[in-house]
Amino acid sequence: MRETGIVFDIQRFSLHDGPGIRTTVFLKGCPLRCLWCHNPEGLSPKPELMFFDYKCLGCGTCARVCPEGALAQGAGAKPRLAREKCAGCGRCAEACPSGAWRLVGRTITVEELLSLLERDALLYDRSQGGVTFSGGEPLFQPDFLHAALAACKERRIHTAVDTSGYAPWDVFERIAPLTDLFLFDLKPMDEEAHRRYTGVSNRLIHANLRRLAELGRPVRVRVPLIPGITDTEENLQALLALLGEVQGRILGVELLPYHDVAEKYQRLGKSYGMPSLSRPSEARLAELRARIAQVVPCA
Amino acid sequence: MALEAEVERRRRAVRPLPARIARLREESVRAEVRVCAERARLITEFYKSGQATGLPVPLQRALAFKYLLERVSLPVEEGQLIVGLRGTGPKRVPTYPEICVHSLEDLEVLHTREKMPYRVDAETKRLYAEEIIPFWRGKSLRDLLFQRLPQEWIDAYEAGVWTEFMEQRAPGHTAGGERIFKMGLLDIKAEIATALRGLDPADPEYYEKLVELQAMDIAADALLIYAARYAQKLAEMAKEEGDPARRRELEEMAEICRWVPARAPRTFWEALQHYWFIHVGVTYETNPWDSFSPGRIDQHLYPFYKRDLEEGRLTRERAKELLQAFWLKFNNQPAVPKVGVTAEESFTYNDFSKLNLGGLTADGSDGVNELSYLILEVLEEMRTLQPNTAVLISNKTPDRFLLRALEVVAPGFGEPPLFNFDGVVVKMLRQGKTLEDARTAGVSGCVESGAFGKECYILTGYLNLPKILEITLHNGVDPRTGKRIGIETGDPQGFRTYEELWQAFLQQLRHFVTVKMRGNDIIEALYAHHLPVPFLSLWIEDCVRNARDYNAGGARYNTQYLQIVGLGTLTNALAALKFHVFERRTFTMEEVLRALAADFSGPYELTRQVLLHKSPRYGEDDDYADSIAKAIVDEVVRLVESFPPTPVRRASRRVYFLPTTVHVYFGKVTGATPDGRKAGTPVSEGVSPVQGTDRKGIAAVFRSVAKCDWDKTGGALLNQKLTPDLLADEESLRKLAQLIRVFFNLGGHHVQFNVVSAELLREAQRRPQDFQDLMVRVAGYSDYFVNLPRGLQEEIIARTEHKHWG
Repeated sequence: MRETGIVFDIQRFSLHDGPGIRTTVFLKGCPLRCLWCHNPEGLSPKPELMFFDYKCLGCGTCARVCPEGALAQGAGAKPRLAREKCAGCGRCAEACPSGAWRLVGRTITVEELLSLLERDALLYDRSQGGVTFSGGEPLFQPDFLHAALAACKERRIHTAVDTSGYAPWDVFERIAPLTDLFLFDLKPMDEEAHRRYTGVSNRLIHANLRRLAELGRPVRVRVPLIPGITDTEENLQALLALLGEVQGRILGVELLPYHDVAEKYQRLGKSYGMPSLSRPSEARLAELRARIAQVVPCA
Repeated sequence: MALEAEVERRRRAVRPLPARIARLREESVRAEVRVCAERARLITEFYKSGQATGLPVPLQRALAFKYLLERVSLPVEEGQLIVGLRGTGPKRVPTYPEICVHSLEDLEVLHTREKMPYRVDAETKRLYAEEIIPFWRGKSLRDLLFQRLPQEWIDAYEAGVWTEFMEQRAPGHTAGGERIFKMGLLDIKAEIATALRGLDPADPEYYEKLVELQAMDIAADALLIYAARYAQKLAEMAKEEGDPARRRELEEMAEICRWVPARAPRTFWEALQHYWFIHVGVTYETNPWDSFSPGRIDQHLYPFYKRDLEEGRLTRERAKELLQAFWLKFNNQPAVPKVGVTAEESFTYNDFSKLNLGGLTADGSDGVNELSYLILEVLEEMRTLQPNTAVLISNKTPDRFLLRALEVVAPGFGEPPLFNFDGVVVKMLRQGKTLEDARTAGVSGCVESGAFGKECYILTGYLNLPKILEITLHNGVDPRTGKRIGIETGDPQGFRTYEELWQAFLQQLRHFVTVKMRGNDIIEALYAHHLPVPFLSLWIEDCVRNARDYNAGGARYNTQYLQIVGLGTLTNALAALKFHVFERRTFTMEEVLRALAADFSGPYELTRQVLLHKSPRYGEDDDYADSIAKAIVDEVVRLVESFPPTPVRRASRRVYFLPTTVHVYFGKVTGATPDGRKAGTPVSEGVSPVQGTDRKGIAAVFRSVAKCDWDKTGGALLNQKLTPDLLADEESLRKLAQLIRVFFNLGGHHVQFNVVSAELLREAQRRPQDFQDLMVRVAGYSDYFVNLPRGLQEEIIARTEHKHWG
């Protein structure tokens, strides 16, 4: 219970991360760098600052309190942050009168986390929901994740882990008995493409999926549909081949249509590498679902 | 969801109605609201005639009522299936000069104001100038009341510490119970005869009882006359009707009016007509708050519906058409026009008649029946301002019913609100009602629990909590006027701990509530003696048996309520002071007071930002703030309940937490508050978090609200705004249903949803002509958005919009 981890968000009454009504805990830090990542604030394992431009009054309080001199303030202008100097202490966020700076990522003990999660116990009970650990990559903080899952199981809370699949097998093996459901992402099937768009090879990921399926733990595969990348015919063929291998041993596949999150990147002072893309059409989604459903159940 | 998609979704939700109903609805919706002088003219004529002179007041009132019903117009909307209407036609609103006399200026304001006008014709103005005003000025109940109320009451009232419900409208605040559907007036006259025979001259109240029973008997006769006049008129209309189908209908309606309200109804149609006659009677007798209501209508009507279906007299479709016709009767009776402060307090045509659906039956089983679903369907298709509804959810209510109600909520016109019925039962039991009376209770007005048909629960006014804090922070002085209207509770700059501030606030609160309670006692006595309601008394148990008027304590249960406003604002203000002044010492009390005095202008804007953004807030499941909210609720309840029962009605004293629209008025009279709220802007409404501050999602709001002990109150109003895509599919609806169940399990009393985006509301402000039909939830009722005064529009837009669940 004293184990600590870094989380960047806890979302209550979450409806799309597993069965029933859930609380989703977002663990900070991820070994992948997916071009389309929806949670850029989850990438770095360290706390970092987000800036909400529209809230800033230009008062200069942040620049005055920063112990590292990372913040500069021109007269009447918005502050500039030298992120390489920022130590993530959060003084600026604490002092900012209007809440324009927000420190994402805080250290939390398993005990504190559980006291938050248990607030919605009645909701989990009523809806057959529970807690989902997401990220970032939750397996990137294996000890904390393990302790948190164990604490949930002790309290009879249903657990789900939303993973990129990119973690040493022994971590999966450790948490598998405590995890009631794996939400397992599959990105580009081609190894080169995977490397190009996520920064890592997908071999380990595919191997982990096969072994989890063998282990007989409940797994639901999730495929983010990125136009031109994962919704192509070629990718679909390769996906169907892998799904064929685990057919009958996974619960099914869920397609996650792409949506634009450029604004979040700006707040973090990062640039969004994705070109502006439109959401896949309902017709295309239905077609893909139908074809996958010939191999495994698909929603 | 994009704006066009949202507009389209709303458009699709409008379903076609049968031709007759569509026409009646169109007429009803489009009818201009007008002041109708007929009632004022007749009642003045009656009192001037000398017929009443020297008679005891109950007999005067009963004879005046009879005089009215013998003479009022008998409008029949073309194609209507139910007759009886207050006024000379749809949306012609009578006035009640014996209660409150409109001045010529009032009439002019009503006629010309931009939002929600009441048109006044030249003849009405002339009549007022020559007859009504000269006769009633100085004699109306409102005049008597202000003559009697002490100066300290007037000072607080003028400062906006409270409003007074009964200065312009009579008490009432009740709904019908099963008595209405089981008794005809002849049955009641027999009861009166029995009671008269049982009167004992040795009883010190012998004479009062005798007079009251005689008055009740005359009032019963009055409605019999009204119905007989309608029967005759309908028969005449039938003779002249060219269309044979309509002729048969008119003949049948005449037949129905010959049976009810004299005798108990036998059929579904008779039951509707019977109730409606009584509704018209109650609302002609006085202008009671919350008009009147058939209460648990699905349960009352179900036996008639079932029998008619079984015996082949009725089809589901015909029952629906009758209900639709019935629906429009309510819509044709807008609220009475008010004057002065209460125009802000309740700025609406809505008269708050609330039809209750679901809940439990008297024996504790699930109360949902086929009619509950049918009435939801009618609600969904009619989309009119009135009547209001309430869906009562108990642990025994099937999910199917809750989901159906949420389906009606989803396209977003604000109805129906949802209530925790198990909580209503607990509230009633705590107040000493029997189990059966608790289970047949319901909610009227906005969110007010009451034992339907058996309780006189009178609302006495709204209390402005943030204003009391403001006065506390100025040691008893109202900074707006510089007048000392409170007591001296110490210079806040001398407070060393939060506890000292809290105690000063509680002392100030005790002072004001004490003054208000004394005023309530005076007003109760005035109504009991000057404005008995023998007709309403016929229908509320046990007035006839007790030979005592409804306004004098004749009902089985008597309760008096104070309505508390501004919980969110007060909580956040206290939390901000506790956190920044007494704990973190970010600011001194002096600095905060200076910032408040400057309304956070200039350099104090930064102070405001810190207070607003860097303080614990109610509505985000933060125990720091929520425990303050809980303490406020506990203390207010304890304080109000510590007063002894009222002198005349022996009513216990209770509280509701609801605002109608008074939070806008209360905001106007309250300076800047330590939660960062600017002077003059609305205070929080109901028990909802401060507008725009509940950023942790709806689950956190529910938990915060449920930490307070609402079972000790009579009800608490919670508004939530959701974006339309959150209710777009079955799975989301189901999860919302589960969330609501959990909220109710935790002790929440009520929740209502605005399923509308801020973007759409802004668009409606820009192009009001294209959004005439856009209805939104205000507080305990819905209203046309474009008709709302700007301040209220802005307040609704400012409410936090839950875009995603988390």
